[in-house]
Amino acid sequence: MTNLELDRVAFEAAVADQPDRRFGAQAGGRLAGGLRTIAAALIFPAALLLVWLVASLFDLVPAQILPDPRLVLATFQEFLETGELAFHAEISLLRVLQGFALGASAGLVLGIAMGLSRRMRELVEPLFLVIAQVPSLGWIPLVMLLVGIDEALKVIIIAKAAMIPVTINTGKGIGNVPRNYREVGEVLTFGHWLTLTRIVLPASVPTVFTGIRYGLTNAWLALVAVELLASSEGLGYLMVWGRQLFQLDLVIMAMIAVGLIGFILDWSLGRIERRLQRWEAAGA
Amino acid sequence: MTVVTTLPRTDAETPVRRRWNGLILPAVLILLWEGASQSGIVDARLLPSLGVVVERAWTELVAGRLAVDVAFSLARDLAGFALGIPVGLALGLSPTLDRFVGPTFNAAKQIAVFAWIPLISVWFGVGEAAKIAFIALAAFTPVVVNTWTGARSVPRDLAEVAQVLTLNRWQTLIRLEIPSALPSIFVGLQLGLIYSWLATVGAEYFMTIGPGIGGLMTEGREHFHMDLVILGVVLLGGIGLGLNQLAHLLETSALRWKRS
Repeated sequence: MTNLELDRVAFEAAVADQPDRRFGAQAGGRLAGGLRTIAAALIFPAALLLVWLVASLFDLVPAQILPDPRLVLATFQEFLETGELAFHAEISLLRVLQGFALGASAGLVLGIAMGLSRRMRELVEPLFLVIAQVPSLGWIPLVMLLVGIDEALKVIIIAKAAMIPVTINTGKGIGNVPRNYREVGEVLTFGHWLTLTRIVLPASVPTVFTGIRYGLTNAWLALVAVELLASSEGLGYLMVWGRQLFQLDLVIMAMIAVGLIGFILDWSLGRIERRLQRWEAAGA
Repeated sequence: MTVVTTLPRTDAETPVRRRWNGLILPAVLILLWEGASQSGIVDARLLPSLGVVVERAWTELVAGRLAVDVAFSLARDLAGFALGIPVGLALGLSPTLDRFVGPTFNAAKQIAVFAWIPLISVWFGVGEAAKIAFIALAAFTPVVVNTWTGARSVPRDLAEVAQVLTLNRWQTLIRLEIPSALPSIFVGLQLGLIYSWLATVGAEYFMTIGPGIGGLMTEGREHFHMDLVILGVVLLGGIGLGLNQLAHLLETSALRWKRS
C-alpha cells in the first residue's frame, strides 16, 4: 500500500468505529454499549475541562495565557447570536469550496490525461512532482507578489493544495484499471469515448475519490494557513485578531470552529465514499 | 500540506530517450523564462534572469546560515518523534487509554495544524521554543496515529507464543509488541518527517526569529526581491524532494525486514 493509503487506513481505523446494525433484542444491548463508549470518551475531556476551570478560578495562570472556559463559552454564544461567527465561517467555507472546485477539476483533467496517455505522463509528471514538492505555503510569497493579497491569492493557493493529491490519485487510479476490463471494452468494440466513460472512469472511482478526499483536507489546511497570513475576514482572521488583542477566548473559539468544519467536510466525503464502496463491493 | 509520493522510478527497460522526455517541459520553461527576462518583455524586477537567482543562491549559501537552519529543523522533528512514539504505543497497547484518551486525541487531531499557531505564539513566544513546539506538534499526529494502529494489530498467534513462553510484561513489549508495530511506526516517522517539514516552512512565516527559508522569502517579498523569492521556492522544492527520498528509503528499509 502506498503511504497515502496506509495513512488513510490508519485514519479510518482510528476514527470510524461504525457499530454494525443489529435488530431486535440485540439492538438494546448495542445501544447501551454505544452509550457507554460515549460516556467513556467524555471522561478525559471532562477532566481536562475541570483542570482548566480550576486553574482559571484560582488564577493559577494569567488570563491572557489561558482564558476562563466560561469566557470562551460566553464569547461563543455572543458570536453565534450576532451572527459574526456564521459570517466568518461562511467566508472561509466559500473560499475553500471555490479553491477546491478549481483545484480538483484541474487535478481531475490533468490526472486523467496523465493516466491515459503514457506520453503525457512522461512529459509532465517529473515537472509536476517537483512543483508538488514545494509546500503550498511556499508559494505564497511568489503568488502574493504576482496577484496581491486579495481573494485571488487565497483561491490560487487553495486550488494548488487541492490539485496535487487529486492529480496523483487520479493518475494512479486510471493507470491501475486492470487490463481485463479494457479487454472487455475491446471485445464489445467500444470506441475511445465509451471505454473511457463506461469502463475506465467507473473502475478508477475508489482511488480517485481518495484523492478528492485528501484534496479537500489539504484545501482546508491551506485555507487556514493563508487566512492566518493574509486576510481580513474568515476564521483565520478571527484567530489573528484575537491573538493580537490577546483575547485568547476568540482564538480558542475559532480553533474549535476550524476543527468542527474540517471534521464535517471530511466526514461528509467519507459518507459518500462509503456509499460508493458499497456499490463497488456489490458490483464486484 | 501535501503528502507526495516520490519521483517515478523508471523501469530498466524504459529506453533512455523516454526518460529525457521528462526534461523537455522544464527545459522549455527555463528557455521561456530566460528569454522573457533577458529581452525585457517582462520587467526584470518581476522575473529576474536565471543567472541572478543562481548568484543570489551562492551568496546566501556562503554567507547565510541556511544549511545550519535546515539541520536545526530536522533536529526539531526529533522532539515530535520522541514524544509521538511512546504516546502512540501507549494508546495502542492499553485498551483503557484507547477508550478514554483516544477519542479526545482524535477530536484534537481534527483541528488544522496551522490553527495552533496563534495559541503557540502566545504560550511560547516567536523564537526557538515556539518553533520546536509547533514542529513537534505537526510530527506528533501522524506518528501517534500510525504507532497506535501498529500497536493495536499484534497478531494473535504471536501473542499466544509469548504467553506460552511466559514472557513478562517488559519482554513482551520489546520482543513482540514493538517489533510487530515497527512497520507502522516507520510509516508514521515517514509521514512525520514530511508533515514537520511543511510545519517548518509554515512556522517560518509566523515565528520569524532566526534565519530560515521562510524568512528569506518574506524578506524577498517585502523588498520586492523576486530573486530571493524564487530562490526560496526552488530551495523548498529541492529540500522537500530530498526529505521525501529519505523518507522513502526509511520505508523500504523497514519493509525489507518485514518481508524477510
